[in-house]
Amino acid sequence: MAHAAEAHHDHHDHKPGFVARWFFSTNHKDIGTLYILFSLFAAIIGIGISFLMRLELQQPGMQIFADGQVWNAYVSAHGLIMVFFVIMPALIGGFGNWFVPIMIGAPDMAFPRLNNISFWLMVPAFLLLAGSLFVGEGPGAGWTIYPPLSDNAFHPSPAMDMALFSLHLAGASSILGAANFITTIFNMRAPGMTLHKMPLFVWSILVTAFLLLLAVPVLGGAITMLITDRNFGTAFFDPAGGGDPVLFQHLFWFFGHPEVYIMILPAFGVISHVISTFSKKPVFGYLGMAYAMVAIGVVGFVVWAHHMYTSGIDVDTRAYFMAATMIIAVPTGVKIFSWIATMWGGSLKMDTPMLFAVGFIFLFTVGGVTGVVLANAGITQILHNTYYVVAHFHYVLSLGAVFGIYAGIYYWIGKMSGRQYPEKLGKIHFWLTFVGVNLTFFPMHFLGNQGMPRRYPDYPDAMWGWNLISSLGSYISIVSFLFFFYVMWVTLRRGEQAAPNYWGEGATTLEWQVSSPPPFHTFDELPRIR
Amino acid sequence: MARPDPATLARRNRRMAFGAFGFAAFMVGVSFAAVPLYDLFCRVTGFGGTPMIGQAAPGAAGERSITVRFNANTQPNLPWRFAPQQTAMTLRLGEEGLAFYTARNLAPAAVTGVSTYNVTPEVVGRYFHKTACFCFEEQTLEPGQAVDMPLAFWVDPRIATDPATRDIRTITVSYTFFRSLNDAERAGALANAGPHVGNGRVR
Repeated sequence: MAHAAEAHHDHHDHKPGFVARWFFSTNHKDIGTLYILFSLFAAIIGIGISFLMRLELQQPGMQIFADGQVWNAYVSAHGLIMVFFVIMPALIGGFGNWFVPIMIGAPDMAFPRLNNISFWLMVPAFLLLAGSLFVGEGPGAGWTIYPPLSDNAFHPSPAMDMALFSLHLAGASSILGAANFITTIFNMRAPGMTLHKMPLFVWSILVTAFLLLLAVPVLGGAITMLITDRNFGTAFFDPAGGGDPVLFQHLFWFFGHPEVYIMILPAFGVISHVISTFSKKPVFGYLGMAYAMVAIGVVGFVVWAHHMYTSGIDVDTRAYFMAATMIIAVPTGVKIFSWIATMWGGSLKMDTPMLFAVGFIFLFTVGGVTGVVLANAGITQILHNTYYVVAHFHYVLSLGAVFGIYAGIYYWIGKMSGRQYPEKLGKIHFWLTFVGVNLTFFPMHFLGNQGMPRRYPDYPDAMWGWNLISSLGSYISIVSFLFFFYVMWVTLRRGEQAAPNYWGEGATTLEWQVSSPPPFHTFDELPRIR
Repeated sequence: MARPDPATLARRNRRMAFGAFGFAAFMVGVSFAAVPLYDLFCRVTGFGGTPMIGQAAPGAAGERSITVRFNANTQPNLPWRFAPQQTAMTLRLGEEGLAFYTARNLAPAAVTGVSTYNVTPEVVGRYFHKTACFCFEEQTLEPGQAVDMPLAFWVDPRIATDPATRDIRTITVSYTFFRSLNDAERAGALANAGPHVGNGRVR
């Protein structure tokens, strides 16, 4: 694809040679492309692991995994890969790098070389995590890596250290990227592009960058303590030395809860653009949409202990975290209703990006509703660590954020590659994905209500039926994922040449004023902001 | 608003990026500061069933009585027998009680242990006062040696007026003895999960 993209760039553009262009790249569009390719590659691994997991769970008993530890290692790798190496690189590194500078009329990111480092830190991070699966007993402590399970008593081999260092590198990459985005958005806007005129995708990346800057260093601190506990005899989380394992949970979730908003906010931004474009209307309640994201970001930092209702916190604390968590439904509701209001009375065109965007609204709302259910401390006493939780976070992330990525790819692929995807294939891909993921994840609500716990490779026979349906759904999802690669291949090989603004009057942001693909250097001359 | 010249822009960008990195470094610092702060928070508020330490009993005992139960846990790699001498005692609110735990070293060598403790239900942490205790001090026992460890405590009468705690009739005091990390390292007995963990390829 790299060659294809290169071959179709404008010829009057001066571009460096292959190695200099793709390995030492400082161009925000090229780095964005690298991020997207990286994310797709990581998705092959991450989704491949989920395929193995559903194979195992298709029937009771042990099928393909040797034992529970191997299972746990694969579950952990699946979670960490999807969070840090698929969703974040695609939405923030990929679309963020590609379109934030163009949308604000900047010639590039503020620190192009820093941008390059951000990307190349992801590669060793991913190799460390993927490699840890093949070392010792694997990183089998879940993506939450709670001690004591992640201590050297239970994970003595270097696999856990590799996973922790992988998170360090990915975290460093995120922090560098976040600083870069904040500087770019605050300092590099074209004249006339005030904060309140900024496209919502840029707003979403700005809020996300602040969340990253606040949350990721706390994860860095926590896993540093974990590493010294494991290797250098400290006892931050070991009660035998005066430490407290619950402190790790507080630190982890102080990072972990904002992290889920880090994953979904850029998808919110993409969806806003798609809905507005395909309704041929400006987005309803622009300022409300922007500040709803800010509100989600702010409130997202004071709700972390709702992940710890069963870790022994008293009833008053639980009542607070319950109320605070439910308050997040308000700005989220503002966004959902504003999207619906944008569509209301609009001249709707149900092309593939719009299908994914409407699918996003539906699935995210389902996930949001189960989120409000889980916010109740009393109910969570029963549902904690069951498949109900698995269903909930896959509805908001696997279906929400991933639909955001797909919507963004179909929306912008013509802009990024210069070739438009075939509409019919795109629609087939959408329906395959929509049916597949719903078949996969909806039955998990029932399994959770029946009491099936997470992180076990086996289950009682009574739960066989819904597990079978879930597995069949996952096979459809896998087929749809492979079909997506076919669609991309057809697009890049035989796609129609894309016009600068192929969506027509509904698409108003600055990326539609440049050619498709944009010239290697955009906005050397300042654009005019209306 | 015209775009500033490149030098000014570069300076402004640098300043903002350093601010951002400084902020990230600050957050790393905060995460480490959380270690003592969380400990302090627990001790001050009684969060997570952390008892209050040091205040003497008020002297005037209240009307209502409350049952205090005693629980003891021993980490498997600490070769001690550690148990309370009494399973429970009933005393009036505000009255000072005295209970004993016994620890005996069963190993043929000297072993050092440290203990940690809490009370449940966790909400009563702020009303449960210890005046003398063996909390988190290293205790070395010679082979076969046994010690009695006293625990003097009283329950604040305000427990009967707080709506969150007034229905509580029983408080459980729990002590857990661990082998001290230094001692475990000397003896080569650092906690080890055993062969049931992992796929056996490492060990």
